[in-house]
Amino acid sequence: MSTEQGNESKTEATAVGRDDTAGTSAEMKEPTSPTVNKLKVDVLLKPAGDAPIMKKKKWAVERHKKVAYIADFIKKFIKMDMGESLFLYVNQSFSPALDTEVGCVYDCFGSDGKLVLHYCKSQAWG
Amino acid sequence: MSEDRGILRSIWDGKIPVCFTLSQDEIIAEKPEPIYQMVPRITYFPLVTEKISKHLAQYIDKEKQGEMWLECDGVPIKWHYPIGVLYDLLGSSGSLPWKLTVHFQDFPDDEIMHCLSRDVVESHFMSTLKEADALKHRCNVINGMQKKDHKQMWTGLCHDKFDQFWPINKRLMEHTGDDLFKYIPFRIYQNDLPFIQKLFKPQSEEGHEHTLDDLLKFAVPELMESTDNTIFIHGIEVPLHSPLLWLSEHFSYPDNFLHICITQISTQESSKEW
Repeated sequence: MSTEQGNESKTEATAVGRDDTAGTSAEMKEPTSPTVNKLKVDVLLKPAGDAPIMKKKKWAVERHKKVAYIADFIKKFIKMDMGESLFLYVNQSFSPALDTEVGCVYDCFGSDGKLVLHYCKSQAWG
Repeated sequence: MSEDRGILRSIWDGKIPVCFTLSQDEIIAEKPEPIYQMVPRITYFPLVTEKISKHLAQYIDKEKQGEMWLECDGVPIKWHYPIGVLYDLLGSSGSLPWKLTVHFQDFPDDEIMHCLSRDVVESHFMSTLKEADALKHRCNVINGMQKKDHKQMWTGLCHDKFDQFWPINKRLMEHTGDDLFKYIPFRIYQNDLPFIQKLFKPQSEEGHEHTLDDLLKFAVPELMESTDNTIFIHGIEVPLHSPLLWLSEHFSYPDNFLHICITQISTQESSKEW
């Protein structure tokens, strides 16, 4: 993950809004649908249990990034030790495997143009 | 679901002969004999390798002993994929038994996930099961079950007990109301690429039953233009005109996903016998 740390500031800078898709690429012209071929997807991060709130909740994440990338990103953001465990949930019910691509989770469980993920420090559901 | 118990049983009983050999570089003195074992296709490696790990660990440098992991021809094995999926992807081109190398050093952190106990496998399994039910029934069936039902499915899988697992699993395979499954839980694997998973309904808008062919044309259209591919589920070359809903009910792994492997013809010549 360490090599990807440098990308975080970029993620932050370009996050959210309508201009975060594929930049100037032609794919922008495609109609908006849940499976539209965007390079990034909007992820909304919500705390559960005793996890601290993140001031900025909505982030644009590249589709091919793994779920582990988001978990590590949250840990850094809320200043958790990398050795501590963080749990991520979709639909407040299941945790996607850490090596699943974010775009894949979004395609199946995103709604209203974003993927909602709950994070917590102890197992919250299931 | 339609009752085809014989088919469910045959899928459950599918096994692969595996030869586990300790990594040459990690042996300190005497070389242990390889270990041969028939492993169920539907289960996960950490559930069947506990004894193997204990035995082979006697032959390595205790000070360098880390978490055990498996390798097939240089590729670290993802323990969280069912064994049958791993074999269809990585092993089916070679001869049997399937040869795997056992390691206790240099864990490839960036390629595979850690698995320090059975509990990790259990939570992965239950999570995948819930994900499948989220696709099929918006989680209504799995959430309506009791904790002991979940446990019974897990122990049924751990102990390879068909009669313990299926009575509960049957409820997850039922259609609620006049609805079929909302979406078919499937994952498509090709070589070392990340799997493909999308939303796909069992029927078309016009009410036609979707087939495996329809799904593949939707999910991997570029691959379906080529004739060099073979489609495997549980090592079986499934006819493309098979109804998808029937496959989902009968050919899903215990995690309730239809795991579909696509391999290039040239790499799987010898697999026909399996």
